[in-house]
Amino acid sequence: MLTNFLIGAIALGVVLLYGCLGETLMEKAGQLNLGIPGIMCMGTAGGCFGAALYMNGLAFAGDAVWFPLILISICFSILFSVFTGLIYAFLTVTLRCNQNITGLAITTFGTGLSQFIMEVYVPRDRFDAASVLFSKGFVNDPGANGVLRVLFSHGVFVYLAIALALVFSFVLKRTRLGLHLRAVGESPAAADADGINVTGYKYGAILAGSAVAGFGGLFYTMDYLKGSWENASTIESFGWLAIALVIFTLWRPTVSIFGSILFGALLIAAFVLNGTSSQKELLKLLPYVITVLVLVITSIRNKKENQPPASLGLSYFREDR
Amino acid sequence: MEQKNGPASMPKQHQGLPFHIIKRVNIPIWKKILVYAIAIAGGLLLSGLICAAFSDESPLYFFTCLFKGAFGTERKIWLLLLDAALLLGVSMALIPAFKMKFWNLGGNGQILIACLCSYSLSFFLGGKIPEWLLLLLMFAASLVSGIIWALIPALFKAFFNTNETLFTLMMNYIATGIVLYCRASWISSGSAQFPTLTNGILPKIYNNMLPTVVVFVLLTLVMFVYLKYSKHGYEISVVGESVNTAKYIGINVKKVIIRTMILSGAIAGLVGFFLIARTGPGLSGDTTNNMGFTAIMTSWLASFNPLLMFLSCFFISFITRGMSQVQQGFHLTSNSIVSIVVGLIYFCVIACSFFINYRIVFRKKEGK
Repeated sequence: MLTNFLIGAIALGVVLLYGCLGETLMEKAGQLNLGIPGIMCMGTAGGCFGAALYMNGLAFAGDAVWFPLILISICFSILFSVFTGLIYAFLTVTLRCNQNITGLAITTFGTGLSQFIMEVYVPRDRFDAASVLFSKGFVNDPGANGVLRVLFSHGVFVYLAIALALVFSFVLKRTRLGLHLRAVGESPAAADADGINVTGYKYGAILAGSAVAGFGGLFYTMDYLKGSWENASTIESFGWLAIALVIFTLWRPTVSIFGSILFGALLIAAFVLNGTSSQKELLKLLPYVITVLVLVITSIRNKKENQPPASLGLSYFREDR
Repeated sequence: MEQKNGPASMPKQHQGLPFHIIKRVNIPIWKKILVYAIAIAGGLLLSGLICAAFSDESPLYFFTCLFKGAFGTERKIWLLLLDAALLLGVSMALIPAFKMKFWNLGGNGQILIACLCSYSLSFFLGGKIPEWLLLLLMFAASLVSGIIWALIPALFKAFFNTNETLFTLMMNYIATGIVLYCRASWISSGSAQFPTLTNGILPKIYNNMLPTVVVFVLLTLVMFVYLKYSKHGYEISVVGESVNTAKYIGINVKKVIIRTMILSGAIAGLVGFFLIARTGPGLSGDTTNNMGFTAIMTSWLASFNPLLMFLSCFFISFITRGMSQVQQGFHLTSNSIVSIVVGLIYFCVIACSFFINYRIVFRKKEGK
């Protein structure tokens, strides 16, 4: 039971991890993107659209091959979520509109459009076969050793997420690219004076972050839910939780690996543990309460390295004083 | 060490553009309205074309449906007014906070917790105490619970400068969770839904929508006066413009934040009270109908001016109501088309705020 619990916690955590990584990247560039839920939904719709395109192009569902399926899904997922991210970037960076407002509009639009695409353009009759490929891990034998199963039985998206988290952490901390990105988020005026292309970095962070966030929804639908789809609202709520996770992990991609698994465990505990339904509802509250506590504690301790990027949520206009 | 992108390279990229952007200081009100009107018309036209593309109806039919859905029958008009009034109420809860740049995204949570409190009073005390007393208690409980839910983030913001955007956002989910918890623990039977109330319902005046509409219209007028002519309103706007200026002229910023959020929470609580006591419906996680978020858009659209908010709330309610008719008329099975259209219109209006805040100046050619 513990094995299954951990496997589930990691899988659900990865959904949040993708959203969290995308949002972290954007927030490091000073963009508070409340459109993450919408972007995650759009990434899902794109990935599923790609998967359906591939599956229905085959003569038999059984002919599906792992690599092209994953590749096509990823490409379409990136296409859709980057498109949504581009709207956000254009409005907030180029037109310098309010980030909170734009983000909320993106969420409204993204959840609506993804729902529409999923209902009208994505036939899901071959998704059973597709999801088997999505969730294919290194160890697929349910009788195998528990530790091996916890570590190696996941689909490719779990490992991709962890790899991305490590890459993000390295890039942000150790490279010039990351230094510039953080400078843009802390003080765009200073970065601009130093010759850093503020607009370019912001666009780059938003688009890359959107692409990554979109994978979260794709993974949830194709791997975790085995290709079924009810509506966008579940993914939307994961999106909000991912934004919470960014605060919880104090803008650190490596910490977010563990943070997301912890959140995943809290979410799934409600389903696994024996208890009355009211106790389960209380358990589901925990991730949010913990986030609030972290938010409060970090602001009380007021340590410099645990603070949000200084210009988070503010648009940059060079001629402002 | 060679430095990439040194300061010397900067002016180059600047010269490439044939125009540059200047911040506007003042924009005449007619120009502002014109820009908004163009944006909204553009958004509607775009939505009409998109809806037409998904079916074989004409874009013109989109507008017919829209108006029919919103104004078709007397009942539809009343429902539209009710929607707009409730949205107006939530917007009134949010603008004092927004005016002092306190990003209160917690409207949903504050309303929901107030709904829960007034619902639970009716649920447990209904029939045991006189109806007027019950309504009074529900009213008080809604206000108090709304205030508490708004006050928690406000206190932390005031004393520790905790990020209020994320705090209030989390408070929404905590409120939803508490509602689900109460449902799970109070309702033991299989239905697992809060039953429809029969006690604690406001008396009808003409119909059960008029009192709500009147209350929130009056509230909006009061809020306009409060923000524009009272000392409190002045303090709020100074804190919003610059915290340092406020401190310098001797405004107690902490006090202003806390006082304003108490007001904000109380109004959100009032909306919650009306949601429950108007017709006595059941309660669920989405009783608030996401009005906390929609009201953020409407107050921002109205640039935080209570009087303009009549227009923005009415407009958004009009779109939402009208779109359900469009969906039927265009034989669209997916009701997500409403969010798509509302989202598109938001984008257009958000984008047009650029032209209100900035102006593009084309460079004149230099003596060539």
